[in-house]
Amino acid sequence: MALAPERVEQMLRERFPDVAFERQQGEAVRDHTLFLPADALVDVCTFLRDEPECAFTMLSWMGGADYLPRVPRFECVYNLLSMTQRGRFTLKVRVPEEQPRVRTVTGVWPTANWHEREAYDFYGITFTGHPDLTRILLPEDWVGWPLRKDSPLGYEEVAFTHNTPGRIKPSPALKKLAPKKVRYRAQ
Amino acid sequence: MTLNMGPQHPSTHGVLRVALELDGENVVACKPVIGYLHTGMEKQAEYKTYTQSIPQTDRMDYLSPMSNNLAICLAAEKLLGVTVSERVQAIRVLLTELTRISAHCVWLGTHAIDIGALTVFWYCFREREKVLSIYDMVCGARMTASYFRVGGLAMDIPEGFLERCDKFVREMPAHVDEYESLLTKNPIWLARTKGVAPLSAADAIAWGVTGPSLRGSGVNWDLRKAEPYSGYETYDFDVPLGSHGDAYDRFQVRVAEIRQSTKIAAQAIGRIRELGEKGEYRLRDFKYVLPPKEEVKTSMEALIHHFKIVAHGFFPPVGEAYQAIEAPKGELGFYFVSDGSARPWRMKVRSPSFVNLQALPVMVQGKLVADVIAAIGSIDIVLGEIDR
Amino acid sequence: MSDPKAPKPPAPPAPLRTLAQVARPDVRSGAPKAPDLVMPTGPVSDEDRLREELEKGILFTTVESVVNWARANAIWPLGFGLACCAIEMMAIAGPRFDVSRFGAEVFRGSPRQADLMIVAGRVSIKMAPVLRQLYEQMPDPKWVIAMGACSSCGGVFNNYAILQGVDKIVPVDVYVPGCPPRPEGLIHGIMKLQEKILGSKIELGPIPRKKRGTQPRAGSGAG
Repeated sequence: MALAPERVEQMLRERFPDVAFERQQGEAVRDHTLFLPADALVDVCTFLRDEPECAFTMLSWMGGADYLPRVPRFECVYNLLSMTQRGRFTLKVRVPEEQPRVRTVTGVWPTANWHEREAYDFYGITFTGHPDLTRILLPEDWVGWPLRKDSPLGYEEVAFTHNTPGRIKPSPALKKLAPKKVRYRAQ
Repeated sequence: MTLNMGPQHPSTHGVLRVALELDGENVVACKPVIGYLHTGMEKQAEYKTYTQSIPQTDRMDYLSPMSNNLAICLAAEKLLGVTVSERVQAIRVLLTELTRISAHCVWLGTHAIDIGALTVFWYCFREREKVLSIYDMVCGARMTASYFRVGGLAMDIPEGFLERCDKFVREMPAHVDEYESLLTKNPIWLARTKGVAPLSAADAIAWGVTGPSLRGSGVNWDLRKAEPYSGYETYDFDVPLGSHGDAYDRFQVRVAEIRQSTKIAAQAIGRIRELGEKGEYRLRDFKYVLPPKEEVKTSMEALIHHFKIVAHGFFPPVGEAYQAIEAPKGELGFYFVSDGSARPWRMKVRSPSFVNLQALPVMVQGKLVADVIAAIGSIDIVLGEIDR
Repeated sequence: MSDPKAPKPPAPPAPLRTLAQVARPDVRSGAPKAPDLVMPTGPVSDEDRLREELEKGILFTTVESVVNWARANAIWPLGFGLACCAIEMMAIAGPRFDVSRFGAEVFRGSPRQADLMIVAGRVSIKMAPVLRQLYEQMPDPKWVIAMGACSSCGGVFNNYAILQGVDKIVPVDVYVPGCPPRPEGLIHGIMKLQEKILGSKIELGPIPRKKRGTQPRAGSGAG
C-alpha cells in the first residue's frame, strides 16, 4: 500500500503547525511538492525520516535551481524516498540571492554530502554545517557559479572561413594537387 | 602515507581519483575526487530542446545508453502527461533489458580484469558485441543509440530484429553459465571478493545507494517492481538479493540479474510478436511527436507540425516532473522544470553512480589497498554519469 | 660350451649398403638407372659460396627503415580511456576487433612505458593539466591519436567544461572522427599512424636545437 503524499502533508501540518508550508500549484507539477522555510528544514527532515508511518529513510537526490528574475532566486529541491512505505515526497526550500545559505541535512541523511557540494559548485549556495564544502565537479580554483542563469555557456565560436579573417589562405599551387572532380553520372 | 590513485589508472573505470591515506597496506581514509569528466550537460540541456538532449544522455552512462534514453523520454513524457502505446513499451523494455545485459557484461569483464581474471573479459566482450550488433541493426549506432524519442521511437524495428534478439536471448544463459563456471567457485575470486568491501543495509540506505549494490546488501528495492514504468508490472521476473553486502554478493546479484533480464527480454519478444512486428511506433499527437513522413508530404497540418517541432521543438506545459528508472547501475532519474518554452528551464540528473560512489569510503575503511580496487569494481561506477 | 647366462658378444654389423641401394630399393644393384639431374654438387668458387651464404638470411636496408618498422609494428598504447570512446578502445582490445594483430594489445598502465596516447573521450578542463603531465611523462618517440569528435574538436559539447580539442595542449598525429568511432575506424587510425611512422625520419645523435622554445614535433624519432 503506497504512502499517499497528501497524508504526508497532513502529518507535517499537524506536527509543525507554526511552519508555513505551501503546496506547489500547477497542473503540470507532476509530483506532490511542498515549499517550506529554510529554518524548519532540518527538523522537518528528521521528523520525516524517523516517523514510522513515513519512514523516508533515503534522500534520493537533492538539487538546486535558479529562477533568475524571480525573487528569491534559488531553490533547493529534496526528493525523499520511503522504501518500507513505498512513497516519494518532494520538499523545496527557497533561497535568496543575497544570503544563499541553507542548513545542511548531512546529519539526517549522510548521502546529502555530495549533493550539497554539487549545489554549492553550480550555484554558490552555501550549506552551513557541511563537513567539507568544496567544489566537486569543477576544478578547485574555478571562479564563478556555472549553472546560474547569468553565467555564460562558454560556447566557443567554431572557426569557419567566413569568421576567421586573418587566416592563411592556401596557395593556388595546392589546387593542382587536388583530385579531379568525381563524376557521378555518365557524361 | 598518502597515495593518489590518480585520474589515469587502469582500474578506476574512468577518470576517478582516489586519495588514499595508508598505514602500510591498510586504508585509514579514502576520499574520491571526481570532476575529471565534467561535461556541463545540465547547463547545456538548458540551451537545447528536449529531443536534442536525448543524444547527450547516451554519453552519460555510456555502457547502458538505451537506459538513459528511456529515462529522459519517460521524464519528458511524464511532464507532458502522455503514455506511449503497449507495443512501444514492449520494444523499450526489450531494448532496455538487452542494455542491462550488455552493461552487466562490461561490468563483469572489467571487474574481473581488475582482479586479474583476464579470460572473463574476452568472453564478456564477445557477448557485448552481439548486443551492439543488435543496436546497430535497430538504430544505426553501436553505442550511442538515441533510439527512443519523446512519444515513442525514432523509427520502427526492422525485419529480422526479433529473430536476432530471440537467438541472443536463447543463447545467453549458456554464456552466463560459462562465466559462473569460471568465477563463482574460483578460490582466487572468492578470496578477493568474499568479505571484501562490506556495506550493511543501514549504511547503504543512509548513503543513498541504489541498484544492485543496495540489493547485494539485502534490501529488496527495485524500481521495476516498486514504481513500475513502461509496463514492467506485466512482466514476470525475480529480483535477486544478496545477504552480506560484500563484493561477492554484488557479483552474484548482477549475474543473476543477467539471467532475469534474458527472461524479461524473452517475454517482451513474445509481446511484440502478439502486438505486431510492424506497427505504430509513435504517438499520434503531433504537438509533440513528429508526424509520419508520408503525411508530411501530403497533409498541410502535418507539414506545419513537422516544421514547428524540428525548428522550435515541442512546448510542454509549465511545471516539473521527476521520473526514475532502474538503470543497470541503480536509480537513474531526470528532473525537468519547464517554463513552457521549448527548452527546459532546469534539467537535473540523479545519477546512480554519483550517489553510490559516496559509499566507497565506508566500504574500504580499514581494509587493504587491493580491496579498494575490488570495491570500486563491485560498486560499478561510470564516470560519465558521475561527472555529467 | 659358452655359458648361457654370459652376455653374448655383439652380432657382427650388417654389411653397409650404398646410397643408391637405399634410395632405389627396387633397383637391383648393377641395373642401369636414369642419370641424375645435372646440378653442381656445390659452390664452384669462393664468390659463389659467399653469395649462397648471404642469400640464406641477410637483408640490406637502412637503420631508419628498420627502426621505423620496429616502432610501427609494436606501438604500445597508454591506457588512457576517458569516456565513451574508451569502451570502443576496449573493444578493439577485445576478441572481435583484435588489435594485437598490429602489435598494440599491451595497454600499459604507466606513461613511462607507453609510446602512444590514444585520447579516447572528452577532455574536461579539470583533466587537461593531467593530460599534459602524462604526455610529458611519456618518453620519446611518442605519438598521440585524438580518438573521437570530443578530443578532436570538442565534439557535441561546446561549453565551459570541455576543452575544444586536445590539440590545444598536445600535438596530435592522427584524428579519428566519430562519436564514438567504430573500432574499425580506430584501427584504421592506428594503421594510418603506422604509415606515418614508417615514413618518418629519425635522428641519431644529439637533438639539434635550432630554435629555443619550440615544441618537439611528434612523429619524428628523437626530435
